Amino acid sequence: MSVLSEQLKEKIKSYLPRYPSKQAVTLPALHLVQDELRCVPLEAIREIADLLDLSPAEVHDTMSFYGFFRDEKHPLGKTRLWVCRSLACMLRGGEEVLGEICHKLQVTPGGTSADGKITVEFAECIGACEGAPCVLLNDAARMNVTLDKVDDLLNELRQ
Amino acid sequence: MAEFEPVLLRRIGKPNSAALETYRADGGYRALEKALNSMQPVDVVNTVKNSGLRGRGGAGFPTGLKWTFLPKDHPGPIYLCVNADESEPCTFNNRVLMEQDPHQVLEGIILSSYAIRARTAYLYIRYEYGPATRAMQKAIDEAYASNLLGQNILGKDFHLDVFIHRGAGAYICGEETGLIESLEGKRAWPRIKPPFPAVEGAFRKPTIVNNIETMACVTHILDRGLEWFRSLGVPPDPNNPRDAGSFGPKLYNLSGHVNRPGTYEAPMGITVRELIDKYGGGVWQGRKAKGAIPGGISMGVITEAEFDMPLDFNGPGKVGCLGLGTGAVTVFDETTSIVDVLANICRFFAHESCGQCTPCREGTGWMDKIADRIKHGQGRREDLDILAEVGNRIGIMPGTTICGLADGAGWPVKLAVKKFRAEFEAFIRDGKKSTVKSLALVH
Ligand SMILES: Cc1cc2nc3c(=O)[nH]c(=O)nc-3n(C[C@H](O)[C@H](O)[C@H](O)COP(=O)(O)O)c2cc1C
Ligand code: SF4
Ligand code: FES
Repeated sequence: MSVLSEQLKEKIKSYLPRYPSKQAVTLPALHLVQDELRCVPLEAIREIADLLDLSPAEVHDTMSFYGFFRDEKHPLGKTRLWVCRSLACMLRGGEEVLGEICHKLQVTPGGTSADGKITVEFAECIGACEGAPCVLLNDAARMNVTLDKVDDLLNELRQ
Repeated sequence: MAEFEPVLLRRIGKPNSAALETYRADGGYRALEKALNSMQPVDVVNTVKNSGLRGRGGAGFPTGLKWTFLPKDHPGPIYLCVNADESEPCTFNNRVLMEQDPHQVLEGIILSSYAIRARTAYLYIRYEYGPATRAMQKAIDEAYASNLLGQNILGKDFHLDVFIHRGAGAYICGEETGLIESLEGKRAWPRIKPPFPAVEGAFRKPTIVNNIETMACVTHILDRGLEWFRSLGVPPDPNNPRDAGSFGPKLYNLSGHVNRPGTYEAPMGITVRELIDKYGGGVWQGRKAKGAIPGGISMGVITEAEFDMPLDFNGPGKVGCLGLGTGAVTVFDETTSIVDVLANICRFFAHESCGQCTPCREGTGWMDKIADRIKHGQGRREDLDILAEVGNRIGIMPGTTICGLADGAGWPVKLAVKKFRAEFEAFIRDGKKSTVKSLALVH
């Protein structure tokens, strides 16, 4: 059985006219799949390859280069919480915030909380350094997340 | 000198600044109408060339000159790739522009596409910039609905499509050929140059890669004229025939231990000290600064004594740095250990090296391991020399790697060791340990 719904396949195909090569739709396709399934299962790689006239190995090669995409053994929780550890954030306590969040959720970076709500990752500079220390909730930055705000943030994400 | 009025940031913070109607009310798309009505593409190229605009993405290459490298009379397609990967640590001005004034950027993209005869422009935005991506997409949709994109733009024989391509969290996608490979659906391994993208770029066709801030500058050069642009900043050094000058306004990113971090606009050439004191409200908590990163971490490190260095394309080189980079200044105060700064920088590059060239992959890995062991109180006396040596040997400049990531990885290391050697030596000698509670120490 196909893991990609017809609707998702249509969405992927709608990107084809944008590019002169089908392979260029690889990243958009991986994004669409991971947004919906919270990971990119092996079977989805095969189906993307079919849609784009590629071999599954080519899709997998691209996918595995970007640590961003997850295989079916490591699906994302509801919120991907990236905690910035680069210089501007480190100078204002970012590393402590990352440590505190991991401690509170009892996970190491990359792991997902037991209730499946939050996947914690470290990030390199997320480009919101004026609000250091900062985190990313999926793809949107939240600024000035100092140690004292960690509890409120986690409660919010557990809702 | 009269107080400088921001141009690139003039609409930031205004109500509804991202909407087409407010942009138009403020004179937006006037430059595009003027160009399409009265200028040939080559006139736009010449205007940008004569303005002295240099790329804002880090390398400072003259924009108009780059455009002239495209093959003449090429049958097409020619592509414009707009670089919004903005992953250089401590850099965020592209985000501010896209989120709050996307039409200013889009007008520059349309003007530049007209100039280089591109009919498709790809806007490569890093995944982490969700709100900026959505703001740009909305602006693009509005532009299509108003005949500013699509077929026969403003009734002329000029057609353009703009597509957003989202990245997936890798710094190397900001390197122009890494970006192109990533756009093509491959791993973002930078290409060996030549050929340069202007000759053979995206989909093996002539391609221009330019930064978001560069695009915004193009809008204003066409609107206000090149004399306006040349009236700001620093003219070429008469004693240096290779200096192309540092004209125009610049968006500086200020972060770290200052009272008011943020994006600030000033004419090219303000000093680090002015930026910190006048715009950033000084160093935080009444402390003194120990040093700073002058233009993104790839550019090097400066000491407090070097803060009178001007932030133009030449200034940072005078104190040994690689260049102006992204104009991102990150200040660290006197209580910060230089060991923590160094270890943080080394960790970044070890994580982001694409792994294609052995000197970069191994060099960044070893620098990270060595910096980390110093941080944990296990440094050895010879470590500093090893760090400096590795830092000196990896990169395009020493000729050992494919792209500039390795130069950027080595530069801050060798400068930190050189400029703060006494502090490093004391740290190692006294067996000190970092007080930053990083994850490894927590668990
Ligand atoms: C490792 C590396 C990362 C880079 N990252 C970026 C980036 O995020 N954004 C950017 O505009 N340029 C980046 N550049 C510079 C680009 O290669 C290219 O010079 C630039 O996009 C050209 O645009 P400009 O001439 O308008 O500055 C990077 C270069 C290197 C070597
Ligand atoms: S220098 Fe480093 S980042 Fe650049 S291509 Fe080589 S390995 Fe990749
Ligand atoms: S260093 Fe954390 S957002 Fe830039």
